[in-house]
Amino acid sequence: MATKASRSAARLMMAPAVILLLGWMLVPLIMTLWFSFRTYLPLRGGDQGWTGFDNYVRFVSSSAFWPAVQTTLIIVLGVLVITVCLGILLAILLDQPMWGQGIVRILVIAPFFVMPTVSALVWKNMFMDPVNGLLAHLWRFFGAEPVSWLSDASLQSIIMIVSWQWLPFATLILLTAIQSLDSEQLEAAEMDGAPVLKRFFYIILPHLSRAITIVLLIQTIFLLAIFAEIFVTTGGAFGTRTLSYLIFQRVLESQNVGLGSAGGVYAIILANIVAIFLMRIVGKNLDN
Amino acid sequence: MARSVSSRRKLINTGLAWAIGLLIFFPILWTILTSFKTEAQAIASPPIFLAFDWTTENYGIVMERSDYGRFLMNSIIIAGGSTILGLIIAVPAAWSMAFVPSHRTKNILLWMLSTKMLPAVGVLYPIYLLFIQLGLLDSRAGLVVVMMLINLPIIVWMLYTYFREIPVEILEAARMDGATLKEEVLYILTPMAVPGIASTMLLNFILAWNEAFWTLNLTAVNAAPLTAFIASYSSPEGLFFAKLSAASTMAIAPILILGWFSQKQLVRGLTFGAVK
Repeated sequence: MATKASRSAARLMMAPAVILLLGWMLVPLIMTLWFSFRTYLPLRGGDQGWTGFDNYVRFVSSSAFWPAVQTTLIIVLGVLVITVCLGILLAILLDQPMWGQGIVRILVIAPFFVMPTVSALVWKNMFMDPVNGLLAHLWRFFGAEPVSWLSDASLQSIIMIVSWQWLPFATLILLTAIQSLDSEQLEAAEMDGAPVLKRFFYIILPHLSRAITIVLLIQTIFLLAIFAEIFVTTGGAFGTRTLSYLIFQRVLESQNVGLGSAGGVYAIILANIVAIFLMRIVGKNLDN
Repeated sequence: MARSVSSRRKLINTGLAWAIGLLIFFPILWTILTSFKTEAQAIASPPIFLAFDWTTENYGIVMERSDYGRFLMNSIIIAGGSTILGLIIAVPAAWSMAFVPSHRTKNILLWMLSTKMLPAVGVLYPIYLLFIQLGLLDSRAGLVVVMMLINLPIIVWMLYTYFREIPVEILEAARMDGATLKEEVLYILTPMAVPGIASTMLLNFILAWNEAFWTLNLTAVNAAPLTAFIASYSSPEGLFFAKLSAASTMAIAPILILGWFSQKQLVRGLTFGAVK
């Protein structure tokens, strides 16, 4: 039972975390908003005053904007489809009785623990290198011409690398969800002669729907922000410049802070739209 | 009733699962194998899988040439420091939210989560500018603080979900027996909370170790951790596959080992308790 004294003690204990996060959120956010309404070129004259919504209009109307949006959508959707579909299948497989289940689980999860710069560079050089990469060897073995993955199939390659990183996450969460499925229900369906596909669509998939939604939302938030994978593979060339990467280039490479900040505000709005849905589910879960 | 499965079906499951597991793990395995080859063997055609002259010379070259120790130290300080600092701030907060909840607790938790969704690139320049002004650019202290702040919501959340599982009845019983607040915290709550705190530490250490946006953008030489060390291999120089592999293996090995211990916590931590 909470007394008045314990309530104020509780508030005091919460204060540092709340104040720090509030500062971490508000200070940069207000600065970004402020810069986005100004012409600010640190290396070419500094802050040149108020420009209204100029930066917002220019960011959207620049020739790089729509391709970046398209690239972002292709990468995010591509990775989502691959990781969720394969994740479901893999989770069902891993849920089956087998020998060495624990070890297989570890093998499948391992890529998630590899730092993004390592996985991007390992894929880029040791697998996707058009001369010495393992895939090039494989292609030659079958008598085909090796592909210059990161220049000729750049988007597919990035999707491949990022999917490899995120498949473990999807699999692990879906596997956790599947394990909470009542196995008697499945047995009953099996005894009643329900075919495999029917059992999948009428029992397993509905049971997984919430976990799938969570995987989709969390991955979307992280995928909208992928950086290192592009930074060390193509540096945004060959049509792999995502919205985040475009903003990064505007701010740090071409040092146009006003324009980049306007882009940043767009990115924040976009992420928040996704976040609202995620928060609803998480919030509902808190109630019970 | 346990599902009775024919051993034939079990055999098929096993074969299929192992094949897929090995396929997914293969890039890591290949990196580790390549790190023990000579540069010439690393690009040999056709590729050599196991029948090469095992050598550890690449590890020596990498350590000598690129001051690996300093990068490793930075990674440990940044990941470890931010985790400990985060725990110091998050434990009291999570504790009070779990044991003295108010009508605002849920909203505070959700708001904390929302700060985690802020895209880093949207606030890159302000942080960059603040770092320059405060003299924190390329400093370990600056990165410890940033890493702590980006992981703080996850730390609070994870701790909160663990603390909430501690039954309040035990506390009440202790109070009835005349335990003081200090005894209550020290002898009852802390032992029950240790496993939760440990797994929170583990997961956050891993997340901070692998973080590659702020570490790449806010460091240059002095504070650069392993993520930046590996990124320096993105411009190739002659034959470097074996050296890249050795460097990569050294960067991921500690985390792979820690990661294996934290599979269960991973789900809880990254779904904010929504999937258990």
